[in-house]
Order: sequence, then structure tokens, then C-alpha cells
Amino acid sequence: MEERSIGMEVNDIKIKAFPAEEFKDNDTLQRYIDELKEAGGSVIVGKLDQLIDWGRANSLWPIAFATSCCGIEFMAAASAHYDLSRFGMEVTRNSPRQADVMVVAGTIVNKMAPLLRRVYDQMAEPKYVVAMGACSISGGPFLNSYNVVQGVDRILPVDVYIPGCPPRPESLFYGLLQLQRKVKVERFFGNKRIKRYYRPETLINPKTGETIDPQIDFDNK
Amino acid sequence: MLEITQIIQQIAPDAQIETKQRLTITVRPDQLHPVIEALYRNETLRFDYLISLTGMDWGDRLGAIYQLSASVDLTQEVIVITSTADRDNPLLYSVTDLYGTAHLNEREIYALFGIRFINNPDMRRFLLNDQWKGFPFRKDYVHDPKLNPETVISSEIIDIAPRIMEKEGGELAEENVAVFGEEDYIVNIGPQHPSTHGVMHFRTSLDGEIVKKIDVHSGYIHRGIEKLCENMTYPQMLHLTDRLDYLSANINRHALCMCIEKGAEIEVPERAQYIRTIMDELQRISSHLLAWATHCNDLGATTAFIYGMREREHILDIFDKTCGGRLIINQNVVGGVMFDIYSDFQKDVKAFIPYMRKKLKEYDDFFSHNAIALGRMVRIGLLSREDAISYGVTGPAGRASGWSCDVRRYKPYALYDQVEFKEIVRTEGDSYARYLNRLDEIEESLHIIEQLIDNIPSGEVCAKVKPIIRIPAGQFFQSVETGKGEFGVFIESSGDKNPYRVKFRSPSLAAVSVIPLISKGAFLSDLIGITGSMDFVIPDIDR
Ligand code: SF4
Repeated sequence: MEERSIGMEVNDIKIKAFPAEEFKDNDTLQRYIDELKEAGGSVIVGKLDQLIDWGRANSLWPIAFATSCCGIEFMAAASAHYDLSRFGMEVTRNSPRQADVMVVAGTIVNKMAPLLRRVYDQMAEPKYVVAMGACSISGGPFLNSYNVVQGVDRILPVDVYIPGCPPRPESLFYGLLQLQRKVKVERFFGNKRIKRYYRPETLINPKTGETIDPQIDFDNK
Repeated sequence: MLEITQIIQQIAPDAQIETKQRLTITVRPDQLHPVIEALYRNETLRFDYLISLTGMDWGDRLGAIYQLSASVDLTQEVIVITSTADRDNPLLYSVTDLYGTAHLNEREIYALFGIRFINNPDMRRFLLNDQWKGFPFRKDYVHDPKLNPETVISSEIIDIAPRIMEKEGGELAEENVAVFGEEDYIVNIGPQHPSTHGVMHFRTSLDGEIVKKIDVHSGYIHRGIEKLCENMTYPQMLHLTDRLDYLSANINRHALCMCIEKGAEIEVPERAQYIRTIMDELQRISSHLLAWATHCNDLGATTAFIYGMREREHILDIFDKTCGGRLIINQNVVGGVMFDIYSDFQKDVKAFIPYMRKKLKEYDDFFSHNAIALGRMVRIGLLSREDAISYGVTGPAGRASGWSCDVRRYKPYALYDQVEFKEIVRTEGDSYARYLNRLDEIEESLHIIEQLIDNIPSGEVCAKVKPIIRIPAGQFFQSVETGKGEFGVFIESSGDKNPYRVKFRSPSLAAVSVIPLISKGAFLSDLIGITGSMDFVIPDIDR
């Protein structure tokens, strides 16, 4: 357990039936681990951390913020043929308050952006966001449109990006397994969360022209 | 048509009448309503179906194109065009009193082109927020993120509807009316709600459990596809159609391909026609299966959802093997299809047909006669034939109201004039009729595939097409029957390599515009079942 806190490597994170070498992207995770190491951590609570992360990683309850085509692939992934429940994620929640991970599946347009943020704010910590599909990553095929938000990371922090238009259920699983790995290196005690990619330059109040603090919780303010 | 020409000449002597492929009448704005009314009330052939209403910006003039058809004979079509030179305050007369579907379409034109319609009872913007600055579909619109910024601050919904009414003496009065009464109890259903099948927003006023009024808000997935198309070459546009009604992706794309082929006069090889037709029917089955699955899910039958999705996977596997895609398959291209079928295609499809038949029987056994299902569908969400026509509700839902409106029958394309199939028409007009229609149409689709699958001729799958396609100046329209109803593509070309204006006729928009009507007085819990039975796809509404 001491090892885990101080000397953990990517290969130490175990995902059932999916060896670490088979993940294409191990570098990002390694970078996170290094960051955590730098921040230091308590050795004593390491074991407890491990237990909590194990529980969390294997029961990530998703809320599908499905606006368009990608949402259908999410549905396909959740039903019998692909069976999302193999990863403990079958409990799709319709209420954000009960969900751990938000899967943004589909295009987000200007009119939807405030609502997306509100749903995110209603989720309880710890919360994660998966951007599924080209649209939620960057605007995808509608990049040049006057009404499309060019990536949900302009509105909220994103943990995992899953490319594709739409991504196949297999890619969705791959992304969700990556998220599980990410959860498994977290430390609950000492409150060291992994830094998430976020470019909130769009947070401008249209009425006053002021910049909005990205940390602000709009739901509970 | 001669007779119609005479009627028009009486009402509007200076109207321009052209008989190109279709009768096209160009009138002054003040003559628009009388001309359309005359067509609507024409004794011998009533033009009571407004296929689509397209806003236009011709640079110096703003206007609208009305495509009318007769509900008893869909092959008859008339185009009425009008325009005004006033760009600052363009006004046209509304036809909402004749066609229910005009209401949302006119509101959409106001949001996108800034044209307001006199006598439309509710002239709020549709699709865009009230605060939106500028009219994005005008040719001189330049998008400025500073004017219309992305923001995380929500804006208030104001339930006040402006409108312009014509008074007796002919003068115009601007009014503001409240959408809801002062005492009304309003709940928001959507936009992020699992039962609205996407990001639909119904502002619903309730009297206890009874729905009093529904105000439809949409545009939460308005991606501006038609505007994007204007800057693309024709082959580039294809992939955007797949993302409208993604459940009928291949059929939508077929419509656009045919429209371009019509304009550029490209001949499609026989083999490609076979592949297109079979793929379309497979797509229709998968669309109906998903509609069935989600409808049952809305009524509380979660198992049915799993069943429907399971059968759908078999079709997706066939798609996958043909062209690598599942939901969006990019199979149709201008001139034919992109990929030839694989060697076991016939075998797989022929194995699927009896399997699906067996499952249809199973669906029938365990859900179609279930007491709870009947209680929640029979005589719920009644839609009369007149209303279906007035609101332009086509597809299985329109046919459940007794309106025979199958595009495959009236305006056959691809191979539909060579195969034999029954058009499923029921007259009850309730949720149950719509439900049964879909299941029966699956059977008909299987029957169509059976007739084609063994006779696929050999040969090319795609005609030789130049990479840059130019369509001669003019207007082209092509409609197809998707899983939801009549889907149409309208292209106005100026002879360039990209279109001047593209408009998609959306069957889902018609389906949603009728929801306030048919769910009035229903229980709130039934509202969900009714929307499920109408089966609409939101990105198709918002485009
Ligand atoms: S990424 Fe592609 S499939 Fe997904 S929502 Fe966007 S357009 Fe649709």
C-alpha cells in the first residue's frame, strides 16, 4: 500500500480481462500519477483509498446527456448485445443527483449549453464527464455552424474523450475503462483529485460582459 | 391543371404561372392568401396538404415557397412563391388558418429569416432564443460570437407571444398575448428528460393530472445544417443528411442523392438501385424496431426495449459487414452506392427474414394484447384524418388516421414500382393504431426484401461521376418515405458547385406540431405514451 501511494505505475492499475499493455494511451495516466506523486500523500490511508477507489471504479453510474445520434449508440451499448452492466455501469440514472459520470453524447448547441452546465452542477462530487463523439469533443461535422458549441470542454471539465462519429459501443467501452483506471489512481484522503482538461474561456456573462468564475456552482449559488 | 390555371388567373391576373416539372405560381404578397385559399378550397382537387414551407433570401427580396399537394392524390403538386422587397420589416400573410403545420414553420422562418407573418396567432421565434441577434439564414448574416456568445447563464423563458393581426379595416395591429393563463400550473417536461426521446421541451399547463395546454419549445439541437450545406459542394452535403433523422439515416441520404441525380441528370446503375432499396427497407425495419422498443419502454415495458434493441443488432451487423458503419452507414453516394455488398449478404438477409417473422409473432403474443398496454393505447391520443392532413403528419402515424400517404406508392422511386407491397392503413387514429402500423410495416418491408434479394443483377454499383458536380439553375425536390414519414429535399441551385438554398422537409416536425392538439385533455402519464407513439427524432425537427 505504501508502494501504491509512492511508487505506483500504470501497470499496477488492474482492470479485469484487459491488460494494461492493451490500452493505447498509457502516457496520460502516467502523467497524472506523476503529478499525484509530486503532490505527496499520506501512507497510512493508502489501503483505505484503494478500497474506496475499487468500489467507485466498479460502480460508476452514468447519466446519459444524449442529444442526438451518439445517444442511440449509447443506448445500443447499454442494451443486451453489448451489455454495459459487465462494467457495473448499467444503472443509467435519469436524475443527475444519483449519477457519478455524465456521458455527453451528441452535439451541444448554444441554447443547450446553460442546461448542460446546470445538470453538471446538480451532480454530486466526485463526478466525471465523458465526451462521446466528435460533436462533444469539438463540434464535429458542425464545427462551422453559428449555433454549435465547439467542444463541451468549453463549458465543463472533461475526463475522457471518445472519438468517432458515432463511436462504436466498443470504443465507448474502451473510454469508460480508461475512466475506471483514472478513478483507480485517485486519492480520496488528502483530497488530491486529478486535474482535468478544461478551457472555460466561454464563461462570459452576456448581460454584463464580465467573466464568470469557472469554479462557481450555478445550481447552489 | 388547366382548370387551376384559370382559377388563379381570375384571382390574381398578374400572377406568373409556369408549367415546368410542376405548376409554379409566383404572386404578390397581398395575393398569396387568396390564391392559396382558392387552391385549398378547389372543388375538384383540394390542395389541402402543405408539404413544406421554405423561407428564402434572394438577395434583394425575402420570400417563401409553398409546396402544396392534394391529400387524395399525392402526385399532384403546386408551388406558390411570394416575396417582398422590404428587408427591414418584411411581412407576409400567414396561412395558419388553412394549414396547421404552417404555424411552426412560419415561426421558424421568422427566427431564421426575420419574416413575420400577419395573422399568425403566436409569432415567437422557433428554434432560436428570443435574445438571438440577427437572422442567420439571410445571405448578409455574418456570425459574430460577440453578439451571440456561448454562455452558461440560462435565460428566462417569457410566456408572452407577440403577433400582428389584421383588423377589419385592413390596418395592422401589433399585440402581445400571454401564452398561458395567470392561474395556470406549468411544468417543464424536458429538455433533458428521458421520456421525450431527446431534447424536446414541452411547457405543459396542468389541471390536476390533466394536460390543459402544451407549448412546444425546440431548438436545443438546432445545428444549422441547411445553412452549412450552402457552403458545401454537393457530395460534401451527403453526410449531414444522415445526422438529421439518424434512425433513417440511409433513407435520408437516398433522398438527397436522388435530388442531386435528378438535377445533374445522372443515371444510377440497376444493381445500385437494388442495393439501395434493400438497404432502405432494412433501415426502415431497424427504425420501426427502435420506435417500438422505446414506445413500449415509455409504457413501462422495459423488457420490450431490450428485445427491440436485440433484433435491431442483427440488421446493424449486416450494415456493419457491408460498409463498416452501424448507425450511420454512408452507403449512398451520388450515382449509386459506395460499397458493393459482401459475398454472404444474401445469406445473412435471408436468415434474418424468418428470424424477424418469428420475433414479430413473439411481440404480438406478449405485448400487443396485454391488458395494460391496451389500456394505455386504445383510444388515447386520437388524431383525426383532417388534422393529420392539416398538420402534414405522414408515415405510420398519418396512415393510422386513415390517410393513405405512402410516398413509395404515390411517387415511386428506386424499385418501388416493381415490387408488390401493401400500404398499411388504419382508421382508428389512436396510439394503438400507430403501434400496430409499425409492426405491420416491418412485415411488409420483409416482403419487399424477399422479392428483391434473389434477383440482384450484376454490374456496376456506381455511375461515373465527376468530383465537382454542378446542377443547372432551378429548383429541385425529391421526397422519400422514411421510417417517420415523408422526408423531402429541396434544392435551389444557381448553377454553381454548391447549392443556393437547401431545405429538408422534416416528418418529425409535423409529428411534434400535432402533440399539443392530440394530448389536450389526456392524462400527464399518457402524454409520454402519446409522444412515444408519434415517434419523432429531435435533430430532424431542429435541423
Ligand atoms: S459525433 Fe457524429 S454521431 Fe455523434 S452526435 Fe455528432 S454527428 Fe451525431
